Amino acid sequence: MSSTTMITDTVTVFSRELRPVLRDPFSVVFSMIQPLVFLGLFAPLLPEVEGGSALQWFVPGIVVMSCLFSTSFTGSNLLFEIQTGAHERMLVTPLRRPALIVGRALKEIVPMIVQTLIIVLVCVPFGFDLHILGVLAGVAILAVMAVGLGALSYTLALASKNTEWLFWTVQQTVLFPLLLLAGILLPVDDGPGWLRALSSANPLTYVVDAERALFNGEFPASTVLAAVVASVAVAALGLAVGTRAMRRSS
Amino acid sequence: MNDTMIQTTGLTRHFTVKKDVVEAVRGLDLHVAEGELVALLGPNGAGKSTTLRMLTTLIPPTSGTATVAGYDVVDQQREVRRVIGYIGQGNGAAHAQRGRDELVSQGRAYGMSGRDAKARADELVASLDLAAVADRPVSSLSGGQKRRLDIAMGLIHAPRLLFLDEPSTGLDPQNRANLQEHILKLRADHGTTIVLTTHYLDEADAMAERVIVVDHGTVIADDTPAGLKAEHAGDLITLGFASGADAARAAQRLGALDGAAVSSDGVQVEVRAQGGPRLVPGILRDLDAAGIAVESTTVNRPTLDDVFLNLTGRSLREGVVTTSTEEVAA
Repeated sequence: MSSTTMITDTVTVFSRELRPVLRDPFSVVFSMIQPLVFLGLFAPLLPEVEGGSALQWFVPGIVVMSCLFSTSFTGSNLLFEIQTGAHERMLVTPLRRPALIVGRALKEIVPMIVQTLIIVLVCVPFGFDLHILGVLAGVAILAVMAVGLGALSYTLALASKNTEWLFWTVQQTVLFPLLLLAGILLPVDDGPGWLRALSSANPLTYVVDAERALFNGEFPASTVLAAVVASVAVAALGLAVGTRAMRRSS
Repeated sequence: MNDTMIQTTGLTRHFTVKKDVVEAVRGLDLHVAEGELVALLGPNGAGKSTTLRMLTTLIPPTSGTATVAGYDVVDQQREVRRVIGYIGQGNGAAHAQRGRDELVSQGRAYGMSGRDAKARADELVASLDLAAVADRPVSSLSGGQKRRLDIAMGLIHAPRLLFLDEPSTGLDPQNRANLQEHILKLRADHGTTIVLTTHYLDEADAMAERVIVVDHGTVIADDTPAGLKAEHAGDLITLGFASGADAARAAQRLGALDGAAVSSDGVQVEVRAQGGPRLVPGILRDLDAAGIAVESTTVNRPTLDDVFLNLTGRSLREGVVTTSTEEVAA
């Protein structure tokens, strides 16, 4: 029997996670229903802005929101596997513990890309200007953020091993403040000071700002850099606590 | 075949539950040789699963040591994991996956090439009668099918040592027999060392050559099923009488029997003794001579439940309260 490495282990876990998605691609679309509802029912309420469609401002936020929704939910898959026994079975294999979290978190990139593609394609006929390079750069930043958010969601699942309600309570409690404070639905610029302070402590704010610029074909260095730093920080934190939790998992 | 497969010394595991320390396993000393089929028998909470979870590297011991195939379960976890197969109480295959996909990724986890893993998965699907369901979502499989898939998952890398934690819990008798057949075949074909936990007496009786009785986290007996029965429980002779007075007189006479435990209950007398079938004719003649008419006689061979009862004073079957007549057997 050949030996395994951290990389082959990660590939094994990544492909295993991805397989149900490939077998049933429609599941990715299901997880998008909420963002698409927001797009359909919220976007028409937006005031027209000078020099283009309000979609130009709104769509990048919805892309981030869609990513936030699916990555924050993803821990529930692990939670279910913890409850049914599949996770325990994997812990007894020689798979390295960090690979169990890294492989799972990396998989989050794939549905994120598909969802972004769908949202953008749905919006182009309604006057959304497509800037391919900018979208690609935006997706790259979001990919790093998706890994971090996914890892955090898996960590929460590991921590909720014997208390399923904990996962859902924390997930729901954290999800909407993150969403609103990132200025995804409404701009926070005109908000009160305390709200703007909270917003500036939210890593997603920087990602949303950068996505808006990038999806509009602009590449402002400081905004993009701030988003890169924010997503790398979230990814590093997520993978660090996730690896720690996975090592302690039994 | 005398190589040591499992060796534990003073293996201990405590859990802290709401500030109370629960001693799940207390100083367990265990030796299992290569090729053995051993059943850990005990009631729920006896420490069987905790022992298995330590031997499979899922949880570290609080104190004591354990080696599996010569590797330390704390310092050489990956080496241990390579050698063993583990079939836990839950379902190894995730419900959202398809069985064959899970088998292939399980093979990949042990470092098999994609091609080898697929070939091995096909082989196991065929030998465990899973061909019709292997490409369906695991969630749609019946309990028996899921359990066979779990076995296939545990066997993907042809482990030298296989742990099964209550393999047949929740299965109907037919599926249970089927599963036992698969496990015995595995052993016959590959000489795999097998350690299983069970609280089914008939399972331990039918499958294992060696039964280790565990209670309150320690080994209280360790022998072949036949040896345990001979050592810890005699045959049960039940005699029926026309009246309570006859029964009482009979019990008094039989009390003189060497090495027998006698108890009476209403019109029945129970005699617990070794070599029951050979004792009965003498008992009948003796009672006949004393003018006591015996109306009915049965002789029951001892079960592992009797052994457990004898060892602990409690019945192994959950929820069964020990009756006073049974206690006399001890």
